[in-house]
Amino acid sequence: MVDKKLKIANKNFKSRLIVGTGKYKSFRECATAIKASGADIVTVAVRRVNISDKNKARLMDYIDPKKITYLPNTAGCFNAEDAIRTLRLAREIGGWKLVKLEVLGDKKNLFPEMIETLRSTELLTKEGFKVMVYCNDDPLMAKRLENVGAVAIMPLAAPIGSGLGIQNRVNIKIIRRQTKLPLIIDAGIGQASDASIAMELGCDGVLINTAIAKAKNPIQMAEAMKLAVISGRKSFLSGRINPNLFGSRSTTNKGII
Amino acid sequence: MKVKNKIKITVNGKQIQVIPNLALKSLITKLKIPLNKIAIELNKKIIDKKRISKINLQKGDKIEIVHFIGGG
Repeated sequence: MVDKKLKIANKNFKSRLIVGTGKYKSFRECATAIKASGADIVTVAVRRVNISDKNKARLMDYIDPKKITYLPNTAGCFNAEDAIRTLRLAREIGGWKLVKLEVLGDKKNLFPEMIETLRSTELLTKEGFKVMVYCNDDPLMAKRLENVGAVAIMPLAAPIGSGLGIQNRVNIKIIRRQTKLPLIIDAGIGQASDASIAMELGCDGVLINTAIAKAKNPIQMAEAMKLAVISGRKSFLSGRINPNLFGSRSTTNKGII
Repeated sequence: MKVKNKIKITVNGKQIQVIPNLALKSLITKLKIPLNKIAIELNKKIIDKKRISKINLQKGDKIEIVHFIGGG
């Protein structure tokens, strides 16, 4: 069975795995991991250029934005104004309109500040941005984001960088039922099986950074995540059996000696 | 030639001194920053990179020069 491609804001992507570019030991390691992951979208952050060290390596020297889609984020923003300022600057660097909005509300648990997130989504959409939104796993908020023009709903599985895996499968399933928008698990993945579970719940994709970048072997973990996403997606599309409380033998008793 | 009356401006949070009316483009060139990989804000307004040769810096200007770094 041939699967549909992941389509976000009318653009098709080959891979259902999106990876972050933070926390790697070096740009070289980051670039190699991205290759191993097969991702064709990577998240990036906007920060000040270091004006005192003019020879410092740049992300764009290692990851070519012509070959891979950059998805600028709003990491570190705690209100709509900061998020909008950041994404306007990102757009100015090279015309990016597809963006990842993340407006945080708490420095410790890094949960999204949903009131500001909703407000930012609306303002950014009116400005022509295509907004993929990091959000809570709350179906009501997911609906409101959709109503103000989000192009992808990206609920957390667990706190950012926690590696705890999907904590609330029921909510993810409810969001899946209610939206036709791309549903992408963003944050909280710890290991490959978590990514598979996300896909088996019917998600359209998974966004992973820490679980790959901070693994003992990031390159191998990148490949594991790639395979896990493919595997979970195929499993979802194949239609699982109904779970039963009791056993059902695989071998017939007919002709038993 | 010794230039008198240098003005103070702030670039990425750091105060530096430049000659009055220095073109923004000259500042970027001096800092050796590739223009196609950055965005520039002057006093919180985004600057069209095509126009930077026409913008002259004034005392107290606050400039932000940003680029992409790794992030999640």
